[in-house]
Amino acid sequence: MASFKKIARRTFLIGSAAIVGGVAFGTYKFTRPLENPLEAGPNEAALNPFIFIDQSGVTIITPRAEMGQGVHTTLAALAAEELDIAWEDVRVLHGPPAQAYYNSALMQAALPVAEYSKGAFMETVSEALGQANKLLGMQLTGGSTSMKDGYERLRHAGASARETLKLAASDALGVSVSSLRTENGRVIAPDGNSVSYSDMATRAAKIDPPQVELRPASEWKYLGKTMPRVDMTGKATGTAEFGIDVRREGMKFATVRMNPRLGAPMLSMDASAAETMPGIEKIVALDGGYAVIASNTWLAFQGADAVQAEWGDAPYPAEQGAIWQAIEDSFEGKANSTLRDDGDADTPVQGATEITAEYRMPFLAHATMEPMNATALYTGDALEVWCGNQGPTIVRDRCAEAVNLAPEQVTLHTTLMGGGFGRRGESDYAVLAAQVAKQMQGTPVQLTWTREEDMSHDFFRPAAIGRYKGAVKDGKAVLLDAKVAGPSVTIGAMKRLTGFTAAGPDKVHVEGAFDQPYQIPNYRIAGHLTDIAIPAGFWRAVGNSVNAFMHDSFLDELAHAASADPLEFRLSMMRHEHAPSAGTLEAVRDMSGWSGKREAGVGRGVAFAHSFGTPVAQVIEVIDEDGAIRINRAWIAADLGIALDPGNLEAQMYGGMIYGLSAAAFGEITFASGAVEQGNFPDYDALRMHNAPVTEVQILASGGFLGGAGEPGTPPAMSALTNAIFDLTGKRARTLPLMHEFDLLV
Amino acid sequence: MATEITVNGKARSVDLPEDVPLLWVLRDELNLTGTKYGCGVAACGACTVHIDGVAVRSCQTALGDVDGDVTTIEGLGTPQALHALQAAWIEHQAAQCGFCQSGQIMQAASLLAQNPAPSDQDIDDAMQGNLCRCGTYPRIRAAIHSAAKATQGA
Repeated sequence: MASFKKIARRTFLIGSAAIVGGVAFGTYKFTRPLENPLEAGPNEAALNPFIFIDQSGVTIITPRAEMGQGVHTTLAALAAEELDIAWEDVRVLHGPPAQAYYNSALMQAALPVAEYSKGAFMETVSEALGQANKLLGMQLTGGSTSMKDGYERLRHAGASARETLKLAASDALGVSVSSLRTENGRVIAPDGNSVSYSDMATRAAKIDPPQVELRPASEWKYLGKTMPRVDMTGKATGTAEFGIDVRREGMKFATVRMNPRLGAPMLSMDASAAETMPGIEKIVALDGGYAVIASNTWLAFQGADAVQAEWGDAPYPAEQGAIWQAIEDSFEGKANSTLRDDGDADTPVQGATEITAEYRMPFLAHATMEPMNATALYTGDALEVWCGNQGPTIVRDRCAEAVNLAPEQVTLHTTLMGGGFGRRGESDYAVLAAQVAKQMQGTPVQLTWTREEDMSHDFFRPAAIGRYKGAVKDGKAVLLDAKVAGPSVTIGAMKRLTGFTAAGPDKVHVEGAFDQPYQIPNYRIAGHLTDIAIPAGFWRAVGNSVNAFMHDSFLDELAHAASADPLEFRLSMMRHEHAPSAGTLEAVRDMSGWSGKREAGVGRGVAFAHSFGTPVAQVIEVIDEDGAIRINRAWIAADLGIALDPGNLEAQMYGGMIYGLSAAAFGEITFASGAVEQGNFPDYDALRMHNAPVTEVQILASGGFLGGAGEPGTPPAMSALTNAIFDLTGKRARTLPLMHEFDLLV
Repeated sequence: MATEITVNGKARSVDLPEDVPLLWVLRDELNLTGTKYGCGVAACGACTVHIDGVAVRSCQTALGDVDGDVTTIEGLGTPQALHALQAAWIEHQAAQCGFCQSGQIMQAASLLAQNPAPSDQDIDDAMQGNLCRCGTYPRIRAAIHSAAKATQGA
């Protein structure tokens, strides 16, 4: 298997060349069953990698990590739907790192085509790409893919387990399988006799599980309904265990300080003052920084403050102005991608009105509520790690490398995450904990970053500049020609995740612009990459968080140039291109009573983005409140195709919007002397109870596709807000965050 | 030199310097991990606990300055014996990632203790120090109203 992985890594390219990697291996390796990572003891059965039965009942192993998006609940519902267990009996555990839990939907999104317009051929290629990740074995929670990946797998797991249990019961009760039914964790015979699934565990473990047809949606009991979250009681009572809550006997508490000039070395360190401070156990130098180990996290923080270090220079321009200049300069070079090039964008359209605009987006931090942390115990020939993470196989492998062990010698426990948003798809914080634990052999060490360390040592949503040109004629857009420039997320992240170098057009860099469902006759989107060594990472909605703002803002500018209603302007170009997208715009129009008329002191903006397979439209209303702008109300319509849990989807859409609005209003990371200037929430605030809008959400399910949920609420939020502010003030916001130019209610 | 404090009705003796914030006494010394570290500068509210029933930021309260009985989320209610707010949180499915929710609930409990029937404006005023990066505010608001009604009806 290792050699196949190597081949896959060498030949697998993203972008247009990705197909090569996807189909080169044929189907044999793809269809071979993967080893079940679950081990069953006496009176237990691991019927497949997702269903574990012991004497206390059924546990559903969810292969994706819970960071707030409700994934444990909906994945469990998929399996429970077929398995016939009562919802209150559902127990959920995150699985161990294993190839069996690879994300089949992740690579499907790598094709450089618009998701909404994939034809049958592209779907086939896309499936093959998904299979390619079976070889790479990446177990990742990201890209809003969990439902697409789990929709059939978890139901098949439940159905297959159910039939296996019936076979076992048939044997035990001496009646035919076809006469048996299942309900609430029991197999029931026609005469009313029944056995529990636990009773059947030993017998079932010896049976080769059959594959069976899935139940039709018309028979669903759990899916399509709002289910109580499996993690809610724990989270309401302080008993849910996050990474930072892991406690082991004899555990010590540590923190790190890495070079504030990201990626640069530490030249020297003087720990003499810190060593004598209360509770300090040990101070160790690391590659690029140092760690302080103490009896208490806060004492470790104090010790870290007292260490004097001399830091090397940043491997990127040290000042923000020079960073912007580097991004501007990249417009001069050859485009990395031109993933949309319809008609002729070079020739001006006769009789049309032309406008141009330039937009600027800052670097952003993830700022999860739970700062980065991990706990590790190194015992010489083994390493045990506990942390919230979005990529268990990768975290395991990177930690193994860091302490010179084989992956098999590493046990990784994936806890709940106090937010992820893409940040916990990285391994850096776990690797540091492993390195520190190696210096404390035999003692478990919990490594917690300060908020300041967390905010300033992120993998940032990269900054970008967009240069848009367009033309309108007879109330319609006849030309849209855009160039976006900025650092790539893909190149660095793929290197960190898989070890291979990405090549070809970077789809993520232009997603949210090139792949939107509009008919514009002359329509070109080009991406220019900025080669700069500032760490860039996946931030909720990734490229869409940049491009949806610019692209949708510009459509709004075109609508005004055309003297058209902004909502009708979008709708008229979309109606014949993609009906589900048009449906979301119509829904927010109706929900918000969009009429084009407002009272004095009220502004409204509309925005739309199709991302991660889900079209989302938003209308935002701002009001002038004693000279300050209040984000007063919002309306969201999203079409998920199939709405597996409407209540959770509502929460994701609302939450995604708030995340986008917070960034639009207050979010920016800037550099001075090579270091991040923001450190804590007072420098990087977000919307709060009093300034978040009253919101109405409508979840549509037009059928025929299954969209993602965790990210699509974010992309339209920023331009819905700025379009509303334009409506209120007449001033167009082309640079974020808004707090520098507008008086927002704080 | 040990410091004596009362946490969730129990007398505890803590052998840590008096300037250690109560947050880190609770989490690292007493293993009461329901109270969370979010910012360390009183800007997020994740560390909110009660001292004599009033919400305080435990990251800003030094061990030596604890001058009353401490209640944490674990002392407010348990999965088997929920506080009205915890029951309302579950009813409204308020939490997403959940990391800020202990602090949100402790802040809300302090509000309801002083104001059994808060208006939306009262909730805005009391809760704006509690940050939620998942944006769960509307369900938190609804849960507070629900708990207020349930408590008054009792």
